Amino acid sequence: MSPLLLTADEGEQSNVSSSPTVDCISQNGSGLKECNYMGLSDCSSVDCSAVSSSSEEKKNNLNLKATELRLGLPGSQSPGRTPELCLLNTGKHDEKPLFPLIPSKEGICSLLQKHVVSGNKRGFSDTIDVFSEVKGSVYTAGNWMIHATSDSQPPQSVGQGKFPGNSGMNVVPSSMSSGACSRILEFSGKILQEDPCSTNGISHNHKTASKNNSSAPALKAQVVGWPPIRSFRKNSLATTPKNSPIALFVKVSMDGAPYQRKVDLRTYSTYQELSTALEKMFSCFTIGQCGSQGAPGREMLSESKLRDLLHGSEYVLTYEDKDGDWMLVGDVPWVMFIESCKRLKIMRGSDAIGLAPRAMEKTSKRI
Amino acid sequence: MNYFPDEVLEHVFDFVASHRDRNAVSLVCRLWHRVERLSRQRVFVGNCYALSPEILIARFPGLKSLTLKGKPHFADFNLVPHDWGGYVQPWIEALSNSRIGLEELRLKRMVVSDESLELLSRSLANFKSLVLVSCEGFTTVGLAAIAANCRFLRELDLQENEIDDHSGHWLSCFPDSCTSLISLNFACLKGEINLAALERLVARSPNLRSLRLNRAVPLETLQNILMRAPQLVDLGTGSYIHDPDSETYNKLKHTILKCKSIRNLSGFLEVAPRCLPAIYPICLNLTSLNLSYAAGIHGSELVKLIRRCAKLQRLWILDCIGDKGLEVVASTCKELQELRVFPSDVLGVGHAAVTENGLVAISAGCPKLHSLLYFCQQMTNAALIVVAKNCPNFIRFRLCILEPTKPDPVTMQPLDDGFGAIVQSCKHLRRLSLSGLLTDRVFLYIGMYAEQLEMLSVAFAGDSDKGMLYVLNGCKKLRKLEIRDCPYGDKALLTDVGKYETMRSLWMSSCEVTLGGCKTLAKEMPRLNVEIINEHDQMEIGSEEQRVEKMYLYRTLVGPRKDAPEFVWTL
Repeated sequence: MSPLLLTADEGEQSNVSSSPTVDCISQNGSGLKECNYMGLSDCSSVDCSAVSSSSEEKKNNLNLKATELRLGLPGSQSPGRTPELCLLNTGKHDEKPLFPLIPSKEGICSLLQKHVVSGNKRGFSDTIDVFSEVKGSVYTAGNWMIHATSDSQPPQSVGQGKFPGNSGMNVVPSSMSSGACSRILEFSGKILQEDPCSTNGISHNHKTASKNNSSAPALKAQVVGWPPIRSFRKNSLATTPKNSPIALFVKVSMDGAPYQRKVDLRTYSTYQELSTALEKMFSCFTIGQCGSQGAPGREMLSESKLRDLLHGSEYVLTYEDKDGDWMLVGDVPWVMFIESCKRLKIMRGSDAIGLAPRAMEKTSKRI
Repeated sequence: MNYFPDEVLEHVFDFVASHRDRNAVSLVCRLWHRVERLSRQRVFVGNCYALSPEILIARFPGLKSLTLKGKPHFADFNLVPHDWGGYVQPWIEALSNSRIGLEELRLKRMVVSDESLELLSRSLANFKSLVLVSCEGFTTVGLAAIAANCRFLRELDLQENEIDDHSGHWLSCFPDSCTSLISLNFACLKGEINLAALERLVARSPNLRSLRLNRAVPLETLQNILMRAPQLVDLGTGSYIHDPDSETYNKLKHTILKCKSIRNLSGFLEVAPRCLPAIYPICLNLTSLNLSYAAGIHGSELVKLIRRCAKLQRLWILDCIGDKGLEVVASTCKELQELRVFPSDVLGVGHAAVTENGLVAISAGCPKLHSLLYFCQQMTNAALIVVAKNCPNFIRFRLCILEPTKPDPVTMQPLDDGFGAIVQSCKHLRRLSLSGLLTDRVFLYIGMYAEQLEMLSVAFAGDSDKGMLYVLNGCKKLRKLEIRDCPYGDKALLTDVGKYETMRSLWMSSCEVTLGGCKTLAKEMPRLNVEIINEHDQMEIGSEEQRVEKMYLYRTLVGPRKDAPEFVWTL
């Protein structure tokens, strides 16, 4: 029986919701302790008596974040990075999007920044929330990819008990190295900080979290190199539509433009590509947007440039989905997006009141 | 040994084909070494940095075919930074300056530039065959040079390369006089293709046996091509979409009936399942079927197709086939030797559609199975034990449970016993990839039983240095060991440093080895290159205790490489 060990976090108490979680854990009386990498390495998953070694924890705390290589969607942020990186994607593209496709992510990023300094262990318990909350569709930034495997778990795994009913999660912590645990999951764990109810202690998470599904955007970031699939194959399958692969042309309108355009969504595989293409298409209609895009080849944006981009950029990219609702582009996985997108609209920021400003607010707080 | 004249020895050596055997032959005595090297035509270099082009050329003046591999395997999964190395340019330069009449070049995970391709095409007059697998750095301009200048080109095989596609004109660069093509594979190209040029090329290539098209080639063109080349043995379709009621589709159905030689089928990068019946007639003859990029074929369509493929020996599919589909495979494909089940959800999240049940079914139905790559949702010890019993002939066993460190979901135990059963039962196992929750015990088993093991891939496993030590001590034939995210540190690394000279390479990332440990190793073993990949400038020289994020070491005859980028330190 693999023990699930959690230690009380010695890091910064960055948010209310985290500490109650930790308290809840210890109150469960199961003697759960978060283990760091080395701690876990002392215990085989078979015997139950491992104890974490805190000195090693600390050592691991130091460099892990810095040594991580993370990939994420545009706007996703790895803890420990500077705020300016927030806007940027995996780093492949140097262009900055004309319309911030995923402004809401910046909101997430700002929260993340606050929590970054917290000890690695903290993220662990928070992660539970994440996993139980979003059924099988949440990724974590960092070196681990863990998905909640809810339905197909056989009943026995419930006996594991100490972790949220999501049995998939049960496994993960016990054998995860601290470095891993910690590094990873604090990232996605933070997403739920917006909603304190979701972190009411591990045992509650499964139920409460699912109610909060809509509040936390599914931030997808993956463990680098896992699962071990060749990037060529990954890219290939990502662009291959699973349904009928005929072209998917949608109208794109832009506020103030004299005519609309059409784009074939199937020719793009990421939000970044779409954004770039739309930028090119509509650049003739926009004035003075591109100043801040002259950032040098590296992904670093200075603070002022970031501010300029956000406040200067008047446009937000939105789409109408199957239900007729206007949504902000960038929240859902690309494949899901193209399946539900009926038309695109490049809105003025002022029109997209319900969508962008909150994000901008949060970023300005951060900056 | 001196009884025979050299010519006789040479004649005998002609029958010794495998690289390994020829290498062994060359070690017998100086005479044999000399005869062997002068007559050697095919050379395999598993690590391009293990030696220099000059050494190669000096030893094998009769070289005709060269295989080179560059980046470490984990580069496939983005673990190696982009400009790490693996450039083929120095090799091509050296070959072009020599008198070697190279005819075949096979590269894997190397950086190939357009300049390299151009140089190759101009300087090697007899060049016949270019095979590039998982390479990058070139564009269709380079391909155009190959097409235009290699007068005797027989094979151009591009597998899963990242190619910048500038235009489809490269196909038109094959001169009209080029009629020698046997194999053409451009499935990985993303751009448009000059369809007319393609059809003309096929029409003037009577020896064409293998043709794999890319997504830009529509069904009409496929129809035309098959009309011209019914002798094809290996076909990769491009875009397989049409209206099943159309004239074109009807024609295709009839044309395919004439293609009685097709044994390998792949492609279907885009597919309209209703058009699949056209290929049913050839299914019975198929020995190899690759539908791993055919995301458009689902469940029942897939099963219908597979039911007709009774002679399959190799099958690559997506996991949307499900356990039930695998049961159909098990009952239909009794000759199956190699199976690869890839996750259709490449982001790796959500449910892989196959579990241990599919694998057990396969093992029960396909006793000849010897190579497996299986991405699944979960695995149990019990299942692995059954599989081990049913299929003792595994040579390659690569299991990837999508969720790292996932235990046996039934018993919540680690999968040590399951993998232990595999290594114990499969005495010829050469390649093993582990996943799931694993303790040091599995490595104990591997060290004890996996006597033929040559390549081991480990991720998120083990508890202590002992794990790695069991493997290093036990697996005498180990050549490649790649480890990520495991708790192995300096003790494991440094206990038996001599072992690394018997291996091709060792990769360790996100483990516990320190800079000091690596330095010690480098000092003791001057014939190893111990490379530290220092991506984010985290490491300072002198802080010995710092954990090294990525270390790659390999044996070499030529010392530290001169083309290492800034972020790679050779200690």
